[in-house]
Formats: sequence, structure tokens, C-alpha cells
Amino acid sequence: MSDARTLASNANPVYRRRRRMNAIMMTVSTLALGFGLFWLAWILGVLLWEGAGALRLSLFTQMTPPPGSDGGLANAIFGSVLMAGVGTLIGTPVGILAGTYLAEYGQRGWLAPATRFINDVLLSAPSIVIGLFVYAVYVSRVGHFSGWAGAIALAIIVVPVVVRTTDDMLKLVPNSLREAAVALGCPSWKMITMVCYRAARSGIITGVLLAVARIAGETAPLLFTALNNQFWSSDMNKPLANLPVVIFQFAMSPYEDWHRLAWGGAALITLLVLGINIAARSLFSRK
Amino acid sequence: MAIAFDERFPAAGPPAAAVLSPRPPVIRNTAVMDALFRNVTRFFAFLVFCLLAAIVVSLAIGGSQSMHAFGFEFLWTEEWDPVKEKFGALVPIYGTLVTSAIALAVAIPVSFGISIFLTELSPTWLRRPLGTAIEMLAAVPSIIYGMWGLFVFAPLFQLHVQPLLKATLGNIPGVSFLFSGPPIGIGMLTAGIILAVMVIPFITAVMRDVFELVPPMLKESAYGLGSTTWEVVWRVVLPYTKVGVIGGVMLGLGRALGETMAVTFVIGNAHRLKASLFAPGNSIASALANEFNEAVGDVYTSALIELGLILFLITTVVLACSKLLLLQLAKREGASA
Repeated sequence: MSDARTLASNANPVYRRRRRMNAIMMTVSTLALGFGLFWLAWILGVLLWEGAGALRLSLFTQMTPPPGSDGGLANAIFGSVLMAGVGTLIGTPVGILAGTYLAEYGQRGWLAPATRFINDVLLSAPSIVIGLFVYAVYVSRVGHFSGWAGAIALAIIVVPVVVRTTDDMLKLVPNSLREAAVALGCPSWKMITMVCYRAARSGIITGVLLAVARIAGETAPLLFTALNNQFWSSDMNKPLANLPVVIFQFAMSPYEDWHRLAWGGAALITLLVLGINIAARSLFSRK
Repeated sequence: MAIAFDERFPAAGPPAAAVLSPRPPVIRNTAVMDALFRNVTRFFAFLVFCLLAAIVVSLAIGGSQSMHAFGFEFLWTEEWDPVKEKFGALVPIYGTLVTSAIALAVAIPVSFGISIFLTELSPTWLRRPLGTAIEMLAAVPSIIYGMWGLFVFAPLFQLHVQPLLKATLGNIPGVSFLFSGPPIGIGMLTAGIILAVMVIPFITAVMRDVFELVPPMLKESAYGLGSTTWEVVWRVVLPYTKVGVIGGVMLGLGRALGETMAVTFVIGNAHRLKASLFAPGNSIASALANEFNEAVGDVYTSALIELGLILFLITTVVLACSKLLLLQLAKREGASA
């Protein structure tokens, strides 16, 4: 039966042509996937290869060196952690509260749909423009680069990510939970904070983690805000060393040992960012 | 979710309190807390709402000096001379548009192929890991693409790919000017290709999402009539999701236009207008990254801020179009469901 059908179909040129077209296109589609995975594998492979030699303990204990001598990235790592931490601490509450308004109170009026639209635009806005914005409203006023300016720029990048996930996750909370809480006489602020936030917790945490992963590697907004610092500093009011800008500066330099440190920093950031991403995904999918 | 909370529970909140008079303190506190919480969340939503306008206004103020000095001619003047303080944005705008166009030309077909594979061909258990791997391309920080592009990709590109392109496409009349000049590795073509890799995950994510919106009934009908997988994708899935696919492409374009660090590493940062794609050029974002901190004098700084404003306005319009198209698809989906 099937033999007879194959014979018949092979005899029909139209059918043969359609089958051939299908085979070609499906092969091309598979190749496209291979093309995408190829770049990821190449970049990660290079990072591991180049970074393996540079990832040593001294990377975390020594300061950024002048060209020609040995050193580490301790001050840059510290500065990055400090700024990313402060940026997240500022951006997360703002994002969660704004997202709460969109999901819980936003059914009527113009503010919620308009904000949702603008937030989606900000989500993909060029990060260098955010840096320029903070330069214009903060750095040029106070007259010097500072860790605070960097943290504010990073916070502005955190906000849209958190708003979006909070909004989406609160919308997933079933209405029956809200109804049950209100039926027990619970005021709506308590319903949102005690019931909705708890139900949406893992989703919101995922959003915050993704935001942290996003700002951990951001370079462009820090160029005009935090700048860089060759020494250990924890003063948020002064220019602050940070990993991405140090990588940029070292990679663009002609010195071999600076290149090696830049590869070490690059491997460190990428492993961290990919790790956070995968952790956030698995946290959310377990729910 | 379409019904407002208060409408669903007319008896909850204020009316219940009104029955009890005088109000017991617990209920009064509740009403105050409710109003407080609601207004605090509304305040922060309003803050986010104002952010876009605040960015535009502050950049416009920062760039006002350059706007006064050069007027609209800024947009099509080629000259960029910090010494004579004569500035024009043509070269960076051209570089931004050309690299983004190259990026889309490569990324659209590849993303389309990946989406077909992930929605139609892949076994179900492989979809998640493969999808996540493609999304990881978006998670790799932009500066990593830049470093890898400069140290690893550009030398190989110069050695193997550029001579090949020159020997083949460079001999075709009409397009040969695009592939003229010495192969130096860095330049607009290199930047465009790296940008393509960076926007593939964004376009793929949208395409996958909208492909999955196609009602199974439509696809099954086509299969039932004897269509091949390709015919189902090309004649059923794609027409149904056209609006969303264009929205995804626009999102990728918005990303490509504003990408900074990766481009800064490999575009070559030359303020010259060259037709050849092998030539080094400049994009708005890379000009800002390279020159802003070294800019001396108010006019120079102001011209760079005006460049930033132009970039922000272009990306905002592109991203808003993308969002509107995707909303249109979502609305149709809601209407038919």
C-alpha cells in the first residue's frame, strides 16, 4: 500500500516538487538554528579558553595595575557589586509599586495603559541614552562623576524590567484568591501585599534577578556617570571603578597584560550573567 | 481582568464603612491605608510615565546650544570638526542606519528559520533547552560581543571572509562598490554582522510567540488538505501572524539602532562617509561612547547630546511602532477567542 503510494507520488512532478521544496526549507531552518547555536558556542568557547588563564585568586585580591605589572580586578569587582546593589535597591521598589498599580488598579483610566506602553518602549531604549540622561540631570549639576550617578543610571534600567514582570505576574494571580481575601473582610492594600504578592512571589523575584543580570554587564550607561577609578574606593560620591568600564578600557589598550585581565573580567561577568539567567528561569519553571 | 475590582465588589470598601456610623477606628484606618497604598502605587506609575518625556526634555535642553548653532542642517552635514567646532550628524546617522540594515538582512531569515524549527520541527523535549540557548545570546553582555568581535571575529573575517566577498560579490557590477577597499577586518560590515547575532534572539522570541498564537485548527486543516510543513508555514502561519512578525522585526531594529559597546569595538570610529561596507565608519552610539568624555567645550558636548536625542527619538518611534503592531495582533486574538 505504502509502496504503491510512494510510486504514485514519485510519478507526479508537482508533488515531487512540493516535497523537494519542503525538504530544502526544513533543512535551511535546521541550519538556521545551528547558525544561532554556533555563535553562542564560539563566544562561550573563546571566553572559557581565554578566561581560564586569567581567572586566578589574585583577580579578586589585587587592584587594577598600571600597564606592565601584575594585578587583579578587586576594586572594579567591588565597585560593580556596590553600584549594581544600590541600583537594584533603588529600582526594585519603584518597579514593584508601579507594576502593582498597572495590574491591580489599572483597569480604569488612561494612566495604566499609557504607562504600560511607555514602559515597553523604555525596556528596549538604548542604554547609552540613559547614561546621557543621568549625565544631563545629575552629573553636570553636581559637577563630577560619581558612584551615585552610576547607581541611578542602573536603577533606571532596572525599573522597566521589574515593572513589566510585576505587572505580568500579578495578572496571573487568579481572581478567586482576591475574592476570597475580600470576602473575609480584608482591605485591598492588605489583599495585594499579603495575598497577591505572595502568590506572584517567584515570578517577581525572577524579574528582579533578570534585571540584575541585565545591569551586571551594562557598560554604556556607566561611561558618563561612574567613569572609572584606578584605586580602591567605596565612596559613592567619587568616580567608582567598575568591571565593565575597566574591561572596555583594558581591551582597547595596546598592553598584553591588560588584555589578559580584560578576558578574566569578561569571563567572570559572562559566567555570572548566564548563571543568574539560568537560575531565574529554573526558579520560575519550578513553580 | 477586564472588570475593575471595585465594580466586581460593590459592597466592599467605602459603602460597608458608610453603614457603620460613627466609623470604628479600624475601618477608618483601613480606608486611609487603602487610599495611601493606591496613591503611592499611582505615584510611582506616574513617575515611570514621565520618564520618557523627562529624557527627551533633558536631552533637548542639553543639546539646545548645538541646535541653535547648526539648526536642521545638523542632520545632513558631513563635517565633524572639533577643532573648528563645526559639527554635523550625517556620518553617525548613516553608520547607524547601514549597520542596522545589515543586521536585519542577516537576522530576519535566520530568526524565521529558528522559529520554524522551534515551533514545527523540533521534538517537544528539545524545544525548551534549544529555546533557552538561543535566548542566552541576548543575555551575553554587549561588551563581551565587542571584545570577541575585535580580538577573535575581526581577524578571521579579514583573513577569510572579506577576500572571498571581494572576489565574488565585488565583481558584480552595481554592488561592487559595497565591497571595495582593503579588507581590514573592522568596519561597518563586521559591526552589522555582530549586531545581527545580537538581535537574533529578540526577533526569534517574538516570532516564536506569535507563531504559537496560530489556532491549531487552521494548521490542521491545511495539513488535512495535504499541505507540506513548508506550505503550512508559508501560506497559513505567516499570513496569520504577519503583523506580529513585522512587530518583532521592528523590535530587533530598535535594539540594533541603540546598541553601543559591541559596535564601538568593531566599527572603526572614523568620521568619513564611505560607500564601501569594508570601510570603518561611526554610529551615533559609538560616537557618544568614544568622544563624550573627551569632548572639550560646550558646543562639542552639546552636539553629542543632540546626537543622543536623535538616537533616542528614532528608537522610540521604531519601538512604539513595534509595540502598536504587536498590540494589534493581540487585540485580534482577543476578539476571535
